[in-house]
Amino acid sequence: MNAESPKMNTVGRPSAPELAVETTSFKSLLGGRGLLQSEKLIFEKDDYSRTGVDFADIEIDAADLDGLLRDDLSLPGLTEPEAMRHYVRLSQKNHAIDLALYPLGSCTMKHNPRLNEKMARLPGLGDIHPLQPVSTVQGALALMDSLSHWLKTLTGMPAVAITPKAGAHGELCGLLTIKAAHEAKGQGHRRTVLVPTSAHGTNPATAAFVGYTVKEVAQTADGRVDVADLASKLGPDVAAIMVTNPNTCGLFERDVVEIARLTHEAGAYFYCDGANFNAIVGRVRPGDLGVDAMHINLHKTFSTPHGGGGPGAGPVVLSEALAPYAPKPWVVAGTAGFEMLEHDEGASSANFGRMCAFQGQMGMFIRALTYMLSHGADGLKQVAEDAVLNANYIKASLQDLMSVPFPDGPCMHEALFDDRWLEGTDVTTLDFAKAMIDEGFHPMTMYFPLVVHGAMLIEPTETESKDELDGFIAVLRALAGAAKAGDVARFKGAPYLAPAKRLDETRAARAPRLTYS
Amino acid sequence: MKFTKDHEWVEVTGNEAFVGITAYAAEALGDVVFVEVPDVGKTLKKGDSFAVVESVKAASDVYAPVSGEVIEANTDLSGAPETINAVPEAGGWIAKIKLSDVAELDALMDRAAYEDYLSTL
Amino acid sequence: MRYLPLSSGDRAAMLEKIGVDSVDALFVDVPQLARRTGTVDLPKVAGELEVEAQLTAFAEQNVSPAKVPFFVGAGAYRHHIPATVDHIIQRSEFLTSYTPYQPEIAQGTLQVLFEFQSQVARLTGMPVANASLYDGSTAAAESVLMATRVTKRNKAVLSGGLHPHYRETVETLAHAVGIETEACAVAVDDEADVLKHIDANTACVVVQTPNVFGTATDVSEIAKAAQAAGALLIVVVTEVMSLGLLKSPGEMGADVVAVEGQSIGVPLSYGGPYVGLFAAKEKYLRQLPGRLCGETVDADGERGFVLTLSTREQHIRRDKATSNICTNSGLCALAFSIHMSLLGQEGLKRVAKINYAKAHKAKDELVAAGFDIVTPRFFNEFTVKLPVAALPVVEALAAKNVLGGVPFARLQDAPGFENHLIVAVTETVSDGDIATLVSALKEVAR
Repeated sequence: MNAESPKMNTVGRPSAPELAVETTSFKSLLGGRGLLQSEKLIFEKDDYSRTGVDFADIEIDAADLDGLLRDDLSLPGLTEPEAMRHYVRLSQKNHAIDLALYPLGSCTMKHNPRLNEKMARLPGLGDIHPLQPVSTVQGALALMDSLSHWLKTLTGMPAVAITPKAGAHGELCGLLTIKAAHEAKGQGHRRTVLVPTSAHGTNPATAAFVGYTVKEVAQTADGRVDVADLASKLGPDVAAIMVTNPNTCGLFERDVVEIARLTHEAGAYFYCDGANFNAIVGRVRPGDLGVDAMHINLHKTFSTPHGGGGPGAGPVVLSEALAPYAPKPWVVAGTAGFEMLEHDEGASSANFGRMCAFQGQMGMFIRALTYMLSHGADGLKQVAEDAVLNANYIKASLQDLMSVPFPDGPCMHEALFDDRWLEGTDVTTLDFAKAMIDEGFHPMTMYFPLVVHGAMLIEPTETESKDELDGFIAVLRALAGAAKAGDVARFKGAPYLAPAKRLDETRAARAPRLTYS
Repeated sequence: MKFTKDHEWVEVTGNEAFVGITAYAAEALGDVVFVEVPDVGKTLKKGDSFAVVESVKAASDVYAPVSGEVIEANTDLSGAPETINAVPEAGGWIAKIKLSDVAELDALMDRAAYEDYLSTL
Repeated sequence: MRYLPLSSGDRAAMLEKIGVDSVDALFVDVPQLARRTGTVDLPKVAGELEVEAQLTAFAEQNVSPAKVPFFVGAGAYRHHIPATVDHIIQRSEFLTSYTPYQPEIAQGTLQVLFEFQSQVARLTGMPVANASLYDGSTAAAESVLMATRVTKRNKAVLSGGLHPHYRETVETLAHAVGIETEACAVAVDDEADVLKHIDANTACVVVQTPNVFGTATDVSEIAKAAQAAGALLIVVVTEVMSLGLLKSPGEMGADVVAVEGQSIGVPLSYGGPYVGLFAAKEKYLRQLPGRLCGETVDADGERGFVLTLSTREQHIRRDKATSNICTNSGLCALAFSIHMSLLGQEGLKRVAKINYAKAHKAKDELVAAGFDIVTPRFFNEFTVKLPVAALPVVEALAAKNVLGGVPFARLQDAPGFENHLIVAVTETVSDGDIATLVSALKEVAR
């Protein structure tokens, strides 16, 4: 080529990885991890004087508050760009439904439609005050009435107590309603609540909390309530039975009608834990099964967001016998629009009290109603069917490799495995779950229900496509193969690729450090 | 040293006894993170829950293997709960009890019987 | 259906893999009598457009506080929330994650909770705080339960200035678990009355500052007297913004503090979801209800956070748990923490002073117009004793498009308090709003 006339373009550069460079053991110079920024605590900023709001610094003459003013306020402030960085960096250390399958059994981690969020923020809904005159919130009361109608129709129950703020709060509401009903009928001596061994921990906790003696009911070999054992334990001291249906093993209680009959015959009430309502919504009405009270986790079945651990909402549907004892406030349709009964008055005078300061989780009511209206009766039925179909598909696709404690017949919305198949591998349920993190999935619920050894409870929900399920199944099959092939380090050190390695929970609990100092 | 089926041990000197949980129980609970010891002066009936031992994933009541009055509690455990894992049947004692009925000891197992019992679990 | 990804082809292929010929075969365990053909009697699937129209119709039947002079408080307050807060809480990683059971992939949520607990501790002047409860009223109820656990006594004394809805919530839960309660006579300015009701069985006294009438009280002497009698002092705060100006409960000697945190970061939303703040003295750390986040290290020695002391919780202790709470109010705690970070100590002090100034301006104008203000010392809320019953007055004000406050009678039937109107004045109220309220009140409350 001629040096005088450089015609060749020389601005090219390498555009494919250099194959000779080994990349797996790379360490950055100052501990950075690329996009995954480490982030200090806001309290570690050296200067607390900044603020992200522009309020005038006015002088006040607070003469009436002489001796009552504080001078010890020490809270860090962030400008808006600093705040954005801080929280966005932190957010990137979280797994989320929007990132991948989140198969936590009994938690119903389904897609959260964004229309629900938009509706909850409408002026006139998101910004109204709980103590505005009732004449100025007729739309809010109409919305609560509409939500109640949907809940009552879907469950086949005549009444609903709407104020409980979460599932456990709903259980409390249900049991207090039952307690009040017994007392009103001179049956206050009933002090026992029967709970199957497979129950959610909240069931015995709630029953014991309100002073009941908890007695466990045995389970049959096929994972259901042992009806004979139940019958032997029912008696004049029993106030209620608490049964989850579909139960925590992911199975429908075949004998539920008989359970209800025996319970009623003994003068007790049938409380149903509705945590797993997603499996039957639109297809089976608990009222047809003889249920007297059931809480509904709006954050599960009706897809209000889980928000990193709440807020939830746990309205309780009630039978005719229990309805008069529901807590206040009550929304009633009057001649001139909706009214709210907030004192012990009229129809609500037998109420057992008050669960919380105001009318419950309105923000969740709006989201749940939006979800219901979007799906309609037909869409909700399809929800239950697809949720059950997805779970059975997972079970069918894995049961040749992973052991199933109750193999006979279909499961409902969640597939339960135990750890017998890991025997001899030196890999535990926990190790297996942690290795799922490296493959990009959230672990399933582990070691629950307690009745199954090393339990792995997988609830895919209906909002997973077949593609996603097939990817998830492929990962679990590959991991199962690795465990059986003796690739133990893959599991014991897992997760390797998460924002943090396994954490020392013993240290956290021995010398608890709950605040920055 | 005598043992119960709930995995408590008792070591008697005269009419006083140290009580704690066995090595088997400490192992089963995992790393102990907190021990709630009884108040001195508390009167216990055999079988009463008188202390709580917590690990990260489990918590267990400890039941009085004998009746009597608590005359000393091992308050060192609050700062060093790991002692229960390290030396459960010595420095990991939970309380010292003044026995009210020495005859109750007869119903407890000796070490050989306890070990036989463990082999059945 | 826009939320359901399975196609009919997918469904058929999956049924084949499962080895059944229809989805009905998967519901075989449902008793015959409960099997339904067809759908329940409710409307069918609807698109976003239709659903949005239906929800908007509900919203339009309500009077939005943004549209009118607005003075409604009594336990929930209208404050400005920076736009950043709502943006961040809608990020997928916060909105669509759950309780951080797997700390390796939940460090975002966990660090936020640790920061939240630290903010709550500093704001209340207490050494330890939990990761939130449902709301202020349930936090107050849980505080009473905790007091009976630590004192092994069985009675709670509730002040006459405690919000009546809080009193009822506490009474309901306390009575359900067999705790006695004694409520003092309703009083605008007598939190110390609780001391007269202490006996050997009293686990705690519950006072509120500012109380339901807006009265701010230095509870230091109440703390000393209660503690001398072996009872805990529980301080309830329903307007958390007041802590930007007023002495903290911790500084005044509180043992436990239960706060409604809604004012910082959480929209009014007709009463919920809100966020309960719960803080206590260090020695009660292992008795706190609800979730706790603690600092630790990971296998590489890096700082990290985990949920801790969970053996107290229902899923492990079951029937021996300290409380039956499972979920907390995570997303509202996040909103609180973001708003609190944006305010910082400087912003909080400033907005608190503005609240104080506006409320006192409103009071001065009402006094000048001849109204009787019965609250002696206050932050951003005070009570007017009207010459007539307050319930019809707020209706008449609403008819004039003024939301003028909360009649005490709305909260409780208490003889002698029929004419009491509780008026809240925050930074969102303009001078013009105040003038409108005064002139409207002059017309309707004479």
